[in-house]
Amino acid sequence: MRTLTETPRRATKPGAPPPGIRTIYEKSRPGRRAYSLPQTGVPEVSLDELFPGVARRRRPARLPQIAEVDLVRHFTELSGRDYGVETGIYPLGSCTMKYNPKVNELVAALPGVRGLHPYEPEELVQGALELMDTLSRWLAEIAGLARTTLQPAAGAHGELTGLLLVRAYHEDRGAEPHIALIPDTAHGTNPASVVMAGYEPATMPSDARGGIDVAAVRRFVNEHAGDIACLMLTNPNTLGLFETDIVEVARIVHEAGGLLYYDGANSNAVLGRSRPGDMGFDIVHFNTHKTFSTPHGGGGPGAGPVVVRDILEPYLPVPVLKKTAAHQYTLDYDRPRSIGKVRSFYGNFGVLVRAYAYIRALGAEGLREVSDAAVLNATYVMAGVRDLFDVPYERPVMHEFVVSAEPLRAHGVRALDVAKRLLDYGVHPPTTYFPLIVKEALMIEPTETESRDDLDAFVAAVRAVVGEARSDPELLRTAPHTMPVGRLDEVAAARNPVLSQRFPDDEVAAARPT
Amino acid sequence: MLAAVGVSSLDDLFETIPAEVRFDGRLDLPEPAAEADVWRELSGLAARNRPADELVSFLGGGIYDTFVPAVVEAVTSRSEFLTSYTPYQAERSQGVLQAIFEYQTAICELTGLDVSNASMYDGATALAEAAILAAAHGGRPGGRIVVSGGVHPEYVQVLATETHGLGPAPVVIADDGGGLTSAAALRAAVDAQTAAVVISQPSFFGGIEDLAAAARIAHDAGALLIVVADPLALGVLASPGQEGADIAVGEGQSLGNYQNFGGPGFGFFAARKELTRRLPGRIVGETVDGEGRRGFVLTLQTREQHIRRERATSNICSNHALNALAGLVYLSWLGKDGLPALALQLARSAAYLRERLLGVPGVEPYTRGPVFREFAVTLPVAAGDLVAALAQRGYLAGLDLGRFWPERGNTLLLAVSESRTRAEIDAFVEEVSAHLD
Repeated sequence: MRTLTETPRRATKPGAPPPGIRTIYEKSRPGRRAYSLPQTGVPEVSLDELFPGVARRRRPARLPQIAEVDLVRHFTELSGRDYGVETGIYPLGSCTMKYNPKVNELVAALPGVRGLHPYEPEELVQGALELMDTLSRWLAEIAGLARTTLQPAAGAHGELTGLLLVRAYHEDRGAEPHIALIPDTAHGTNPASVVMAGYEPATMPSDARGGIDVAAVRRFVNEHAGDIACLMLTNPNTLGLFETDIVEVARIVHEAGGLLYYDGANSNAVLGRSRPGDMGFDIVHFNTHKTFSTPHGGGGPGAGPVVVRDILEPYLPVPVLKKTAAHQYTLDYDRPRSIGKVRSFYGNFGVLVRAYAYIRALGAEGLREVSDAAVLNATYVMAGVRDLFDVPYERPVMHEFVVSAEPLRAHGVRALDVAKRLLDYGVHPPTTYFPLIVKEALMIEPTETESRDDLDAFVAAVRAVVGEARSDPELLRTAPHTMPVGRLDEVAAARNPVLSQRFPDDEVAAARPT
Repeated sequence: MLAAVGVSSLDDLFETIPAEVRFDGRLDLPEPAAEADVWRELSGLAARNRPADELVSFLGGGIYDTFVPAVVEAVTSRSEFLTSYTPYQAERSQGVLQAIFEYQTAICELTGLDVSNASMYDGATALAEAAILAAAHGGRPGGRIVVSGGVHPEYVQVLATETHGLGPAPVVIADDGGGLTSAAALRAAVDAQTAAVVISQPSFFGGIEDLAAAARIAHDAGALLIVVADPLALGVLASPGQEGADIAVGEGQSLGNYQNFGGPGFGFFAARKELTRRLPGRIVGETVDGEGRRGFVLTLQTREQHIRRERATSNICSNHALNALAGLVYLSWLGKDGLPALALQLARSAAYLRERLLGVPGVEPYTRGPVFREFAVTLPVAAGDLVAALAQRGYLAGLDLGRFWPERGNTLLLAVSESRTRAEIDAFVEEVSAHLD
């Protein structure tokens, strides 16, 4: 992290030639190779004999021809332009970018974990099934609910699964409600998942305290009696505020025949402090890659297990884990009221193993300390930057908080400019422009794994950038200045999409008269 | 730090939670464990499993024990790839963005289609999204999906589950009795209400489908053709794009990813240019900065949930970027020459195993015609019994298709990897022969 005395400005001198970025396809040279294939001794039959009468490729896929050393150097070069949790603080609100213990990677790479085929006979995978069963029970305990499916592959996938469970529950009762209530602070995945489940989202406003407006919920539910499928809520919500009226909201929705869905994206705030089941929720998904630590991999994979109240157990996806009389685990597919399957096989097992290792290492006390430190760290950073921004809601925050960069607009500076300038200070910026109800939002989630030193340095970086916004706003508007590239033209990218490599022979083909 | 934020205890930080929903107990979880104990416990659980590569495996059915070269992990374990998230801050994520762009290119090359997204969860959910694209976001709203009986049964199940709230249930037409799609049955099932036809290449039973015929049938009815493809088969077989497919999806696990008990691998999703703005998920595009320097960004984001919310083309947020990166590294390792060479090797070994097995009295062909790396046979005994018996002898003999279809309890699906030697195949066939004797 940089200090204030060495404020970065421009890395490239005017007139310097732009550094040449080449793709792996542009590094390809005929005849080079990295691959080798084992000798099998199997008869060397020709393609014509193997595939008589079958349509074959007209030309090979234009994959690169590259030596192993050049392949490794290419990706090493690429990784040098990136930033991860292991580079430094990554306070990307709502994404819980915590440090992930290395032992998790080690156990996920055990041959008895990553070498298992999903269709091996059950007798050969008893350890895997036991691990899944134990993790299922732990997640149910943390949620305060009864049964778990590990099948969903990510948080949004858990949402869809949960909504399909809601649907199955109502259909089983001969009911056909079609509305899912969602607060205006919800993650974008919530309304998108509602539509995929065939329901209609109804947006509930937030009240003056940044919570869901209970009176509005009551009014809406009364006006749409019999048509309420469920309410989806994140608690704490995306403002980092606890929904204090949750018990009343749950009562209203349950009395209207609806179910309550808990988006567990923000679970890092309340582990061992409050349980969704006790709040009145019927269905919970966890983003195990966030809360229970799997490296986010540049976008994934994650896992989105769903935990439900006992009344929803019959509808869970198949297979469901079961213990036989002989104390063997078995996968039960004979579930007539099941919604079916939401993913091939059993879920992202390799991610679930990491969640198991994480929960096992921390135990009940450790998980509670995670949330204690996550909330303390967010509260601490909030205290360090709040005077610079508008604070939309004056309430204690939990694991993350949202401030508005609206005051900087007087200097012609936007939240995006603050984010881009923070890059020059060697930190990852917060989430911007979300939640939508806060203008010029900066959403900051430091996570529990940052030390006070790192939090202080982040606060100092934010303070320095806001200082620059007042003294030299142009510096922010043109930031970043020290990255491999400057601000990129997103409008051009969308208007004239170039979404894959352009090969020289494409241009030859395109130039040829047709 | 407590003093700095003006509270006297950690409990004070949680005062905002109403007392009635505060959890004052202790979660019923094991005691905290040291790293050495976590390692020991998980090693113990792992040791109670038999990894497929400790046995001689002929198991396939969508997950394969293709060799993973060392370069894959050397790249995917680099912390900037491993511990970053979705590249929202393009200027600080040029490596991940360029890698996704290169991945998209590889998928376009394999499938013969114009655009690819940055990855999906798996082959099954990629298929469900393709069906949603066809039925909900264009083509024929509310239209029906007609699925070949040669598509992986779990994919069909996921497709049916995930589209349950959106329209009519998919129609599955039985295979022709030889593991392939019957053109006549397909033609009969497709009509003006059909949004898309789904076919698998190769079929779940390993046979080679006539994609061009399926494309004609779909397009004659104004429907889209969705092909579920084995990416390695595309090293030798005509690409879906070449044969007229509108969308190609599939499971990328066998491209440089471990079997992982079924996940995570990754799903790939490619389509014709005309469908670009209806694609689900992240897409990376090439652009320039203010000084004309080349760079890469997430693009066409107005399709996505974080911008478009209920009008998004999909709810997907996290994808399987790291697994897709493994796929890119693997395909780069294979390269232009290695992919067809590997595909040829798989086809040779599958043909040899099939020929040898069909020489065993009582073993009859199920899959008709040429096969790629996998095929089904019928046995004079229950397939499950043979699998159980050979597991005792150190073999994973294949997949008992009675698992999906009770009437196919005597049908066994077998796959080969490129590492399977002639000697191993010969010894296995001897074991099968001895068991059936």
